Amino acid sequence: MQDNCLLQMRGIEKNFPGVRALGGVDFTLRKGEIHALMGENGAGKSTLIKILTGVYQMDGGEISLEGNKVSIRSPQDAQMKGISTVYQEITLCPNLTVAENMYIGREDSAWVKHKEYEKRAGAILDSLGIPARSSQQLGDCSLAVQQMVAIARAVDMKCKVLILDEPTSSLDDKEVNMLFDLMKDLKSQGVGIIFVTHFLEQVYEVSDRITVLRNGELVGEYLTEELPQVELVAKMIGKELDELSALSESEDKDHEAGEVFYEAKNLSSSDALPFDFSIRKGEVNGFTGLLGSGRSESVRAIFGADKVSGGTIKIKGDPVKITKPIDAMKNGIGYLAEDRKRDGIIAELSVRENIILALQVMNGFFKPIRRSEAEAFADEYIKVLNIKTASRETPVGSLSGGNQQKVILARWLLTHPDYLILDEPTRGIDVGTKLEIQKLVLKLAEEGVSVTFISSEVEEMLRTCSRLIVMRDRHIVGELKGKDLNQAQVMKTIAGGES
Amino acid sequence: MKNQTKKVFSGGLGQLTIPLVAIALLVIFNLFRDPSFFSIGIMHNNDGNIVLSGNLISIINGASELAILAMGMTLVTAACGGQDISVGAAAAIAGSVFVKILKSMPSITGGTVVLAFISACIVAMLFGTFNGTLVAVFKIQPMIATLILYTCGRSIAYWINGGATPTVSSPIISGIGSFIPGIPIPTPVLIVVLAAILFRLLFHFTSLELFTQSVGINGSAARLNGINSTFIKLLSFIILGICVAIAGTIGVSRLGLINHETLLLDVEMDTILAVAIGGNNLGGGKFKIGGSILGAYVIQMLTITLYAMKVSSTDVKAYKAIVIILLVVIGSPVVKARVSKLMSQLRTAKAENLTKGAQ
Amino acid sequence: MKKNTNVQREPLTDTQLLMTITICIFIGMYLLAMLFLGGGFLHAQQIFDMLNDNASLIIVTFGLTIVMIGGGIDISVGAVTSLVVMSCVLYLNNGGNLFVSVLLALGIGLAFGVVQGFLISYLEIQPFIVTLAGMFFARGMTTILSVNPQKVDHEGFARLRDSKIEIPWLGYVAKNGNLVPARIELGVIVALLCLVFIFILLKYLRLGRDFYAMGGNQMSALMLGINVKRTRFLSYLISGLLSGISGYVFMMHTGAGNATNAAGMEMNAIASSIIGGTLLTGGVGNVIGSFFGTMTLTTIKKIVVSSGLNDPWWQSITTGGMLCFFILLQSVVLGQRAKKKSA
Repeated sequence: MQDNCLLQMRGIEKNFPGVRALGGVDFTLRKGEIHALMGENGAGKSTLIKILTGVYQMDGGEISLEGNKVSIRSPQDAQMKGISTVYQEITLCPNLTVAENMYIGREDSAWVKHKEYEKRAGAILDSLGIPARSSQQLGDCSLAVQQMVAIARAVDMKCKVLILDEPTSSLDDKEVNMLFDLMKDLKSQGVGIIFVTHFLEQVYEVSDRITVLRNGELVGEYLTEELPQVELVAKMIGKELDELSALSESEDKDHEAGEVFYEAKNLSSSDALPFDFSIRKGEVNGFTGLLGSGRSESVRAIFGADKVSGGTIKIKGDPVKITKPIDAMKNGIGYLAEDRKRDGIIAELSVRENIILALQVMNGFFKPIRRSEAEAFADEYIKVLNIKTASRETPVGSLSGGNQQKVILARWLLTHPDYLILDEPTRGIDVGTKLEIQKLVLKLAEEGVSVTFISSEVEEMLRTCSRLIVMRDRHIVGELKGKDLNQAQVMKTIAGGES
Repeated sequence: MKNQTKKVFSGGLGQLTIPLVAIALLVIFNLFRDPSFFSIGIMHNNDGNIVLSGNLISIINGASELAILAMGMTLVTAACGGQDISVGAAAAIAGSVFVKILKSMPSITGGTVVLAFISACIVAMLFGTFNGTLVAVFKIQPMIATLILYTCGRSIAYWINGGATPTVSSPIISGIGSFIPGIPIPTPVLIVVLAAILFRLLFHFTSLELFTQSVGINGSAARLNGINSTFIKLLSFIILGICVAIAGTIGVSRLGLINHETLLLDVEMDTILAVAIGGNNLGGGKFKIGGSILGAYVIQMLTITLYAMKVSSTDVKAYKAIVIILLVVIGSPVVKARVSKLMSQLRTAKAENLTKGAQ
Repeated sequence: MKKNTNVQREPLTDTQLLMTITICIFIGMYLLAMLFLGGGFLHAQQIFDMLNDNASLIIVTFGLTIVMIGGGIDISVGAVTSLVVMSCVLYLNNGGNLFVSVLLALGIGLAFGVVQGFLISYLEIQPFIVTLAGMFFARGMTTILSVNPQKVDHEGFARLRDSKIEIPWLGYVAKNGNLVPARIELGVIVALLCLVFIFILLKYLRLGRDFYAMGGNQMSALMLGINVKRTRFLSYLISGLLSGISGYVFMMHTGAGNATNAAGMEMNAIASSIIGGTLLTGGVGNVIGSFFGTMTLTTIKKIVVSSGLNDPWWQSITTGGMLCFFILLQSVVLGQRAKKKSA
């Protein structure tokens, strides 16, 4: 057992100004295993990974690789020692070719051997079945393919330790399966894989062992087969999940009685094909489908986030024009965007400024909200939504993911919308907050707010929505409600008739 | 408790640390060099007015154009994440228009001066709109976009007055450029104060500050929250245009003539420097107008100190460069981190010594 | 032969596309000038004159191009050129050695590159501010060295300055019937050598490719294991070194030092780089493009003069117009491409 050990981290400590990110965490990786690293946001997973890859320097503890004590000074150093990482965000250079991206930073010659690289890269891409040409500019490939290239690079580096940090969040099911096959293949070659993800099912599908972190401390290391999913979640959030199951039996979600609030006919945008859609007052519905099925693009069209190219829209029966976000906001629509970092938070501004932003925009340029009023709003929502922040003046970028999401929710709630679109509000945040958000959605609906809820976890949508619109290949292929609202039926509709 | 006050202190000072430290250093340096540097005298100027004089006055007076431009530049920097390098050329154009209109009038009265100033403003705002359109609509980097006007701006100014350098002399013009009879403080200083107040009011009565910062920090999120970022960016360039017109008018009034070649020459570099010394990130986002104003005074104080040390005006640049580098090195995050690490090491070493001593 | 089955022609990269546009416009412009203005444009010497006059600008543009590809900016290049000229002139006039004067030029350039590169890469200070200070320092030092223009009266240097390469068959017959051979100054050869070296550096050397990677996405470059700090440092170092070379070439062309030498050269170099298809955002650009960028800029000035618009302000207005045209063209072309890509 001992000589099987590939990587050992002992008593790793890391402090940031005012925060103890890791307090003496142990982690062990064995040869030929897929080891899932689990924890809520802020548990210290990314810090641990960044120490292992040389992005951060640890403040205490030691790392040994195959029994030898090592210090990892930089990402380059990590690569040379056989530790490769594939991040969720593409960390390749879009202006270089695929081949250059695969060999950059690890050549032994001072010359760039274009021909040789392209030949070798081509062979690897072929063997992994990645649909890209080695001489192609990386920026011309789709995001999923770019991710695959990053993995191909790591594979080609004959790494001993492969770290996959949320690798599946931009891949569709087919690509995920391809990735898993690849992971199993590498595992059989003796590579140790550290797998970080928010998707519990994926953990159970491929991993051999699970290490759970919470609040910068080690909770424990478990064999995957011996740890039931519910227990895993309990260990991650540190509380029992009674509430979650209670929620699933939530009472009557049928709000058919309400009048139609929003209605679109043949709505289309630069990114979405024409579709019809309507929502009633107090109704919660959802768009579902695989990534790239057009679900996000459709709701973006409703909000006018992309260039709207056609269609007629009625609000409470009156025709209106919504071509840009401000039009939608003036008509009582709010939109929480899918990508929190890119489209949501204004990282360096305070919690207060982030909360009042949308209301301020609606009030107009010449009617600034008074400071005292803004502070009152901020305090109110920090309390109502239980936002964990040092003060209302803390820059929102320094909060954890879940709390950032709550700040954006507060921003839209403050505008008192009639219709709120939530695109993946629960992505990348901890289980506890997920639950709070789902409860909030149901509460809003009770108060008469219409909500469109999108989540990549079907379970969540089944719990909250009374109607599900299913999309495939950028078209609406079905609408499920009542007794059809169950996992099997949803999966069947998403996959299409033949499955 | 002590910790808390410290936090408040560093939080309140934060961005203004560099300019304040710089001013403090310059003051201390001058106190040691020659305390009379700070003496403020009262004298009669050529027109027989009682006015204040002395190095401090010439610092505050001389930095006026720079301070006004720095205010506008701060907005552009915050919204667009880049700088306008055409402000000097644009000021030459505005100054030329100002003189051209005055010259075309039968006499120089209060009314015609206002008319001339408004014309200069309109022209400067038009050029600001040109720059702003390139940046906001065509998404061109500000420095590149304004390189166009930088290249040909002074030639346009040349063309406005047919290559001549006409003079304008009138008590009103000298009132703008130097002193208003009865007021001992130089008029440009009063104009800076007025401009600062106007900016304060602008931020108080509009959401410009919040919107500009939002656009500068995260343009995509700002757009999805309904902010028209094109408008905000354009507006920042137009406001800078007004600042340019004011600076050009002051510059012309000081000399009583327009020289398109030399009016506010190289001021764009000093302006950007003032914004940076003021602790503003040249990459956009959060900003403090006050910092930039202080930055302008730092630059002018440095220049006047060097003059007082008998450094010739052409050589000043070299010394200025050294001080600037020292300032930014002190302010650089890497150096700060190193120093604070060193300090904490020293402190723990000291504490260890103390405990040892106790034993 | 089954050679071409797998070889697919890749679409032009942004760099190639922008460069191609510049070259086409340059050739088109020059042909039009030949057709409508005739005169000097019909002689090969016209091109050589443009090269002779602008060899040092071409060299600093190369340095700037490298820095801009890496996502930075260096506005000290013109001032450093000027300082190098003045230093070398004074050194030679005080009985200096010709060979040492070359080393002096390289040394000054290198020193600026090292200091600026260190401040920008290792102390993480904004490049604009650092090189602005560098520009101030170099300009100030130039006037401290001498406010008055200085002419070189060094024998060896005079020989070097006057040595030109003559190509008789590219010459033309002057009005008095004598054959005037085409003349190329040594500085042009230096510039062309720089072109070849930097082309190889950017295309075939690891360092050059690292410049592109750093400019394309700095965070990625770091994650991919590139020593970003060192790479950035080297980009400024090369730019400094090229400024030194440019200074010497400038002196070989004018034979004199003047405090106002190379005034505004940094902005001309930036304009040339942009016209040549280098993006200030980094990651896109090419020295061949920059070479043609400089030539395009020079040609437009020549055309203005040949058209009888002798006032210097016509030149700067047309230069501004030209820049505006190129900047808008690039913005539109790249915008169209991005749209096509996402579709």
